[in-house]
Amino acid sequence: MVTHEGGGHHHAPSGFIRKYIFSLDHKVIGIQYYMLALFSVFLGMALSLLMRIHLVWPSLKFPLIPGGLMTPEQYLALVTMHGSIMVFMVLTTAPQSGFGNYMLPIQIGAEDMAFPVLNMLSFWITFVSLVVLTSAFFVTGGAPISGWTAYPPLSAMGEITGPGEGMGQTLWVVGVAIFCIASLLGALNFITTTVDLRAKGMTLGRMPLTVWAWLVTAILGLLAFGVLLAACLLLLLDRLAGTSFFIPGGLVVTDTPIVSHTGGSPLLWQHLFWFFGHPEVYIAILPGMGVASHVLSTFSRKPVFGYKAMVGALGAIGFLGFCVWGHHMFISGMSPYSAFAFSLLTMTIGVPSAIKTFNWLGTVWGGKIQFTTAMMFALGFVSLFVTGGLSGLFLAQPSIDLYLHDTYFVVAHFHLIMGVAAIFGIFSATYFWFPKMFGRMLNETIGKIHFWFTFVGVYCIFMPMHFLGIAGHPRRYADTTGVNFLAPLHPVHYFITIAAMITITAQLLFLFNFFYSMKKGDKATENPWNATTLEWSIPSPPPFDNFAGHVPVVYRGPYEFSVPGAPDDYIPQHLTPERVGKAH
Amino acid sequence: MTRKSGEQGSAAVAFTFAAFLVLFTVATVYLFVAKIWWFPPAISQFGTQIDDQFHRTLVITGIIFVLAQLGLALAIFRSRDHGQKATFFEGNSTMEFLWTLATIIMFVGLGLFGEHAWAEAHFQGAAAGAIQVEVTGQQFAWNFRYAGPDGKFGGTKPELVSASSGNPLGLDPRDPASKDDVVSPVMYAPAGHEVELLIRTQDVTHSFFVRELRLKQDAVPGMTIHMHFDALDPGQYEIACAELCGLGHYRMRSFLNVVSQEEFDKWMRDQETALQQQ
Amino acid sequence: MPGTITDEIEIIDAGHGGGTDVPAGGDDDGEGSGGGSPEMPQRAYFTVIQLGLAGIIMFFMALTSSFLVRKGLGNDWVAFSFPRILWVNTLILLASSITIQMARRHLHEDQKAAFQRWWAVTTSLGILFLAGQLMAWRQLAGQGVFLVTNPSSSFFYVLTAAHGLHLLGGVLALFYVSHRNWQRSRMSQVTATDVASIYWHFMDGLWVFLFALLYLGR
Repeated sequence: MVTHEGGGHHHAPSGFIRKYIFSLDHKVIGIQYYMLALFSVFLGMALSLLMRIHLVWPSLKFPLIPGGLMTPEQYLALVTMHGSIMVFMVLTTAPQSGFGNYMLPIQIGAEDMAFPVLNMLSFWITFVSLVVLTSAFFVTGGAPISGWTAYPPLSAMGEITGPGEGMGQTLWVVGVAIFCIASLLGALNFITTTVDLRAKGMTLGRMPLTVWAWLVTAILGLLAFGVLLAACLLLLLDRLAGTSFFIPGGLVVTDTPIVSHTGGSPLLWQHLFWFFGHPEVYIAILPGMGVASHVLSTFSRKPVFGYKAMVGALGAIGFLGFCVWGHHMFISGMSPYSAFAFSLLTMTIGVPSAIKTFNWLGTVWGGKIQFTTAMMFALGFVSLFVTGGLSGLFLAQPSIDLYLHDTYFVVAHFHLIMGVAAIFGIFSATYFWFPKMFGRMLNETIGKIHFWFTFVGVYCIFMPMHFLGIAGHPRRYADTTGVNFLAPLHPVHYFITIAAMITITAQLLFLFNFFYSMKKGDKATENPWNATTLEWSIPSPPPFDNFAGHVPVVYRGPYEFSVPGAPDDYIPQHLTPERVGKAH
Repeated sequence: MTRKSGEQGSAAVAFTFAAFLVLFTVATVYLFVAKIWWFPPAISQFGTQIDDQFHRTLVITGIIFVLAQLGLALAIFRSRDHGQKATFFEGNSTMEFLWTLATIIMFVGLGLFGEHAWAEAHFQGAAAGAIQVEVTGQQFAWNFRYAGPDGKFGGTKPELVSASSGNPLGLDPRDPASKDDVVSPVMYAPAGHEVELLIRTQDVTHSFFVRELRLKQDAVPGMTIHMHFDALDPGQYEIACAELCGLGHYRMRSFLNVVSQEEFDKWMRDQETALQQQ
Repeated sequence: MPGTITDEIEIIDAGHGGGTDVPAGGDDDGEGSGGGSPEMPQRAYFTVIQLGLAGIIMFFMALTSSFLVRKGLGNDWVAFSFPRILWVNTLILLASSITIQMARRHLHEDQKAAFQRWWAVTTSLGILFLAGQLMAWRQLAGQGVFLVTNPSSSFFYVLTAAHGLHLLGGVLALFYVSHRNWQRSRMSQVTATDVASIYWHFMDGLWVFLFALLYLGR
């Protein structure tokens, strides 16, 4: 056996700070991102719980609020921060920077990411952006009230447009800009590692679909976040320096003429924001699709149906994702002719999504399903993706969007797709990879209870929102008493809030399971799932350099399950041909 | 691992999962068919066109929804581990091609079908002889301006805007055309007569939304955006703001009163009389 | 039982750096001199700089399209007098691209001293460019043209500042290349100079583009 001498990179880190705080190990960094996301998702859920409670019991008094009653601007601050924290700090971190960081190098047979220092910086810059973002709660005026979309002029003119629009909004813009930089740095690492550090035999066609998903997602991030950064820069200048990129002239706010700005375009912000914003939602979902494919195959004991088509679909979704941003702007005053073009492109992007759905079904069909919790979340993902995706077909048509735009129908759509399907991808990945990451098994019984509460619960929360939207209920309303036609919808709101309370409480089961099992779970073997990809060929948890100085060689594709004639119903990727068929 | 998911446990979970999917599908279809919370009736032909396209889309997505969820349920139930070997297949190019083609035709076809209504709303302007109403949104109210007998909208100046002194739009008293402009916090429109809206805003982005007209248009600072409608059914319809505009977004509400031509003319005359008496 | 790495993994020798199927460049480039562990192919540095430039391009494209949209929008775009020093700055930057190429050539021919000299010239030219940009700002301010004076000037300041910041990063990179101890690095000195040069040329080209945009669109 030959082992390598290497540079300082090969020595195990020592000391608490080097091992756990400023670690260069992609596995530690992955866990750090995951923990950041875990904190953020519970914070985001708490914010939404407060929103739901206020909507249904508006005269309820909250502790910590002076006077007790939640004001409309406080509600809108919750809306803004809930969206921002969930989209940026949960859905853009955990699936990609969390699991991707941990598993990508291992799955391709590398010792670490290409640039470990850059990787560490990416995490800590993300952490700083979270701190800056959440600090908006604690400044005078509180958090901004312009939504995670921060449309100017509402977001561009300071406190005169509303509470929270002073320092709170500025901190939001700065925090998001910092996040852009962190994401760009992370994307550099992911793509370079995948392109240049694959082990021998790990051809592109043998990469697990998780790796493909992380690769396409990273490319999306690389090309999208620079645009958001530019937009944030211009918004910051409008706010602080008196420029007029987004603010037109002749405005009057509360009887006060605004003379310091003129000639800008609010639509310009929307174009810049959504040019980023649409790829962003694919960044949120693509890794979950990769995990779903991976987990469905593993626990159906069958190859992924249509691997090539799945890769092609990932690429098509990624590419088309840059061409459809205008569908967020049908009603914005944008040219109706471009709306037509965006609409056709958006309908087209449904095609690769449908292909993936058929192929997931094809993967499960004829299999031999092992109902592990990871598998159940993956199956749930498919159901949720179908439901959430289909409502997109309504919104993609401008004639129907004329009515449904900015109603709860949209809220239902993006929550099912992002707030649930993507989250199910994260859960599936957690239950799947926890044994590898922590060397212990999560409790499957608690996991299944968690699954059922969550699966049923999220459908109870978000399906009724479609009907709220069809009835014309606008979004971001702090109160339902201002408009008469909302009155008959109160029972629906009530149902949603109760469902939300139960579902959110059930997540505590997950939290308990997660931290309890880390210490007290059954010890995990190297390959508890009889899976095929490279992470299951190393100890649980892995050594600091993943492959203990050996470089793996890959002999086959990632989904060789139930191959006719093979002695086991799975053939690991790294097994030499002579070893297959050998009795053991 | 295979130890834990023996045939017994497998069947119970598979059945529960499949049963839930079936129940969920049935419940969802029922709720969409029963229309317990639904659109209010459309009051224009344009609105009816929108509703038709919505129904077309609902039928197609409904079919796909049912097939997909039930397909998943069936796959889960049939493929549960009951001691069989998994069937090894890596794909099927023919099926792949067929369902891709079917999806393209369905989705793009659906999209093309719906463009007609969009074209009518946006590619064509208002019909000749339409009554013009200037809609102005502000934090947090709507104001509607009619040009009056001279048919001309008078000039406005931002410095003159003062809601508290009854000049929310900042009408310039030195412009003769503005003397007969009627400004009202509620909109009146005659049934069966085309109305052209000139949608604008004083401060931030708002959105003018009337459910029964199936009409929504953002009011964008720096722009005046034209929309048009022809309401056939008299009644009072709520106008709600549909773009986050600040803390009062939820209560930025007004009314569209669709009345007979005679009532509309009378209302206009009453407004004009009140103006002259000021 | 299959799956344990010690039994089945074939150990390969230290020559290979990546997958067998990887496009462009194949194995470790012939950049022999010093540093770089086998598992970290020098090719990766070229990959990452190109990716980085793609990200930077998107940022500047967003600003450029904002420029074009804003200019075409209304009638409040007022031309200002283009500071003449900008022409000089452009020449300085173009010259620095030439000098950096000369430095690279000397390093490839192992003429370390010549390399350091030309590299230092390049760095100085870069600093001179940045100083010239600041002077251009001072000239504009002297005419009363500031960030908020007009959208045309707003974009001028934003674009030149953004480019200047990126170029400053480039200058710092040049310093780093000339002062780092390359024996103790995964990256080879040749790779570092080549990668830094790619970035530098790009910044040069970006400046020419922005200059044309600002001049023609002023």
